[in-house]
Amino acid sequence: MMSDHVSPLALYLTIFGALMVLTAVTVGAAYVDLGAFNFLVAIAIACFKASLVVWYFMHVKWQSQMTKLTLATGLFTLAILLGMSLIDYASRNFTDMPRPVNPDAQMRAH
Amino acid sequence: MLDKLKIPDEHYLHSGHSLRSWLLTKDHKRIAIMYLMSISVMFFIGGMFAVGIRFELATPQGDFVTADTYNKFFTMHGVIMVFFFLIPSIPAVLGNFLIPPMIGAKDLAFPRINLLSLYIYWLGGAFTLAAMLMGGVDTGWTFYTPYSSAASNTHIIPTALGIFIAGFSSILTGLNFIVTIHRMRAPGMTWFRLPLFVWAHYATSLIQVLGTPVIAITIVMLFVERAFGFGIFDPTRGGDPVLFQHLFWFYSHPAVYIMILPAMGVMSELISTFSRKIIFGYSFVAFSSLAIAVFGFIVWAHHMFVAGMSTYSAMVFSFLSFSVGIPSAVKTFNWSATLYKGAVSFETPMLYAYGFLGLFAIGGLTGLFLATLGIDVHVHDTYFVVAHFHYIMVGGAIMGYLGGLHFWWPKMTGRMYSEFFSRVSAITVFVGFNVTFFPQFVVGYLGMPRRYHSYPDEMQVLNVMSSAGATVLALGYVMPVLYFLYSLKWGKVAGPNPWGASGLEWQTQSPPLTENFSEVPVVTSEPYHYDDVVIKEKHRV
Amino acid sequence: MSNAVAHADGHADARHAHHPAHQHHFDTMAQQKEAAVIGMWLFLLTEILFFGGLFVAYMIYRVWYFDAFAEASRRLSLFWGGLNTAVLIGSSLTMALAVRAAQTNNRKWTVNWLVLTMLLGCVFLGVKVIEYQDKFANYEVPGENYNWLYHEQHAAAAGETTPHRELSLTPSQLQNTTQIYFSLYFTMTGLHALHMIIGVGLMMVITWMAWKGRFDAQWYTPVEMSGLYWHFVDIVWIFLFPLLYLVERP
Repeated sequence: MMSDHVSPLALYLTIFGALMVLTAVTVGAAYVDLGAFNFLVAIAIACFKASLVVWYFMHVKWQSQMTKLTLATGLFTLAILLGMSLIDYASRNFTDMPRPVNPDAQMRAH
Repeated sequence: MLDKLKIPDEHYLHSGHSLRSWLLTKDHKRIAIMYLMSISVMFFIGGMFAVGIRFELATPQGDFVTADTYNKFFTMHGVIMVFFFLIPSIPAVLGNFLIPPMIGAKDLAFPRINLLSLYIYWLGGAFTLAAMLMGGVDTGWTFYTPYSSAASNTHIIPTALGIFIAGFSSILTGLNFIVTIHRMRAPGMTWFRLPLFVWAHYATSLIQVLGTPVIAITIVMLFVERAFGFGIFDPTRGGDPVLFQHLFWFYSHPAVYIMILPAMGVMSELISTFSRKIIFGYSFVAFSSLAIAVFGFIVWAHHMFVAGMSTYSAMVFSFLSFSVGIPSAVKTFNWSATLYKGAVSFETPMLYAYGFLGLFAIGGLTGLFLATLGIDVHVHDTYFVVAHFHYIMVGGAIMGYLGGLHFWWPKMTGRMYSEFFSRVSAITVFVGFNVTFFPQFVVGYLGMPRRYHSYPDEMQVLNVMSSAGATVLALGYVMPVLYFLYSLKWGKVAGPNPWGASGLEWQTQSPPLTENFSEVPVVTSEPYHYDDVVIKEKHRV
Repeated sequence: MSNAVAHADGHADARHAHHPAHQHHFDTMAQQKEAAVIGMWLFLLTEILFFGGLFVAYMIYRVWYFDAFAEASRRLSLFWGGLNTAVLIGSSLTMALAVRAAQTNNRKWTVNWLVLTMLLGCVFLGVKVIEYQDKFANYEVPGENYNWLYHEQHAAAAGETTPHRELSLTPSQLQNTTQIYFSLYFTMTGLHALHMIIGVGLMMVITWMAWKGRFDAQWYTPVEMSGLYWHFVDIVWIFLFPLLYLVERP
């Protein structure tokens, strides 16, 4: 019969604890002014939390290569979506505000 | 010794005759037949709008319909043909029918999800057709903002909803194929023994799963903008209409590969069978399918060169668009090399294959013109673009679909159709197609914009040629309906392998049993092993 | 002449009794399970790309209109957002424990953990209702009735203050560009909430099946698959929370 891996209770509780702690860290870090790094820190912690969920709660650590490859493909495609859109925007005037539009203009058809 | 062939008593069309047995079936073959009927209906509806377009364009003035109505014609033509005909066509009909027998499986991995995908297709089609009957949409199938999000007062929400729903059908089909091809192959059926048709569908399925969700979310964003007045694309509130284009084309460019890859898979089967030779460079062709799927995701902004994106990124996307032509060229060279010194013949499926080779080459090469920034600035949004994509979609994908249908019809129905009428029809399609679309390259190069219902007088001759060709093309499309239906009752019985083709699907009876194989096959030979298959198995009709 | 196909007997031992959940187009339960896992992950890939489109929009507009995003983000309640994050992470724990209970043939605790998961999911949704109500009350829903200044005026009247810094936007620009933030806020959290609702519905079906004793250590695939879906929805929130609530605090 299939011998699926059964994780011990302690593992689940540990991961849960880690996730809670990391959430608190995320909130705390938001109150410290790190400039542009605030965003990176928050995303990095979120990525780490997500990997804990994927690896342990979703059991990917014990799944086949095929499953891991499937997940990697999805993440890679997301990276292309985000990254290559950025190629366009980043090579235009990205940090300046676009010129202000007429706030009284209406665009409503129905 | 050739016994008089008869249709076997037990086959998938005979296991249950009630409506229930069809609507609740788990048999991938029955689902494929129901898809065949559905997409044929959609094809003729989309074709009706094409007739309207060409009728209007036979005269330079906009005298048949108003400009607004004309906008609706080309929009509905595009929406129905792209989302409800081309994208499902080969995968849902031929892929569904053939992938399990080709890999030696009894069914797809998830038969009930397959049925669900059909229902979802019907639901999506119902929404879009309802929107059409209520008055349709006039934004073009591309739904560009801010016209579609804020200004148009046509039935965008139900149409977009129909497309959203149909997207799930596409996703579920792709998901099913990927799992099936990975996990349901018969013993001995290694990856490099798979028919190239299967490789092509695997690549297509990757695109369906990864790309379709992005147009789905784009439609959601369009929906919230129209329904709730959100401002994601609204320039007066600081939104960016070009963002819509990025998200739209991230799917819609790979979508064109969803439309062409399966046809390329069909081509590999037809060319090897009717040259009686293994495809030249099997692994190159197999890997080129994957390469097209991967590269197809990184070129989308070539639809946006004049939309306002940066010149720098335009150069990047232009360069990448050139490279995506390479795997397609590899395939074209390999098919041609297969023909060389092969025992070529001219049955109807092969006529479609020959047509595909030439027309896809023209379509593909003109794509390179469009990928060139300097040229695209001049021909963007002209009939040059329209001709380019019709050469690929119609000259390529639809020829592939018809060729495949003609090739596997005896397997699906147990009957052969009239070889004479089918050849006449194939030639009619080829001639009609070229007379319709070649003039469009010229008239587009001369500057005739697309999506306009009137044009300068001096362009009338070319437009009349195009409209005349369209009439011939329509005739070519109607003929198969007639002789296919005729063949169901009065066609010659085909037997298991009328073409003498290799492939597991030809080892079974025609039509196949519900479970495809009475015993699990074990594969021991390489694909396209034409040295082994004895020619006298082939019944010339 | 070789026939490419040799026929092998597909049906193995007659001794091997079929599990009632074994579908016959699969050779073994293991193959069936593996197919289900890959199939479910492929579906989750579509969800990644689905939410991904919204993240693209967020990314672009956050850079363009950082001040507006920072100001608008302060209008969200960190308390409710943080609570919801904790609730959702907790529900992931209970979900994982439900799968574990099914793996160890523990019918009673499979049901219990599933019920707890649903309860926590409902708490999440309840909190979202509270948050949305607050937004409606403060005219912070984009569209015709949007009024950026309403909250400020009323907060000032009530004596509350929120810290600000020097902004590069004019008030009318703020009125417009904060609408973009809230358009994304409502679309992203709304879509997420819709997925939660579907998830809770899914859990109800699975819980009923578990209660009826349909699962055992040999076959608990639906529990595991629903678990994958639930964890995914949790992961989306793990990203939404910092992106929407923590743009700039204080």
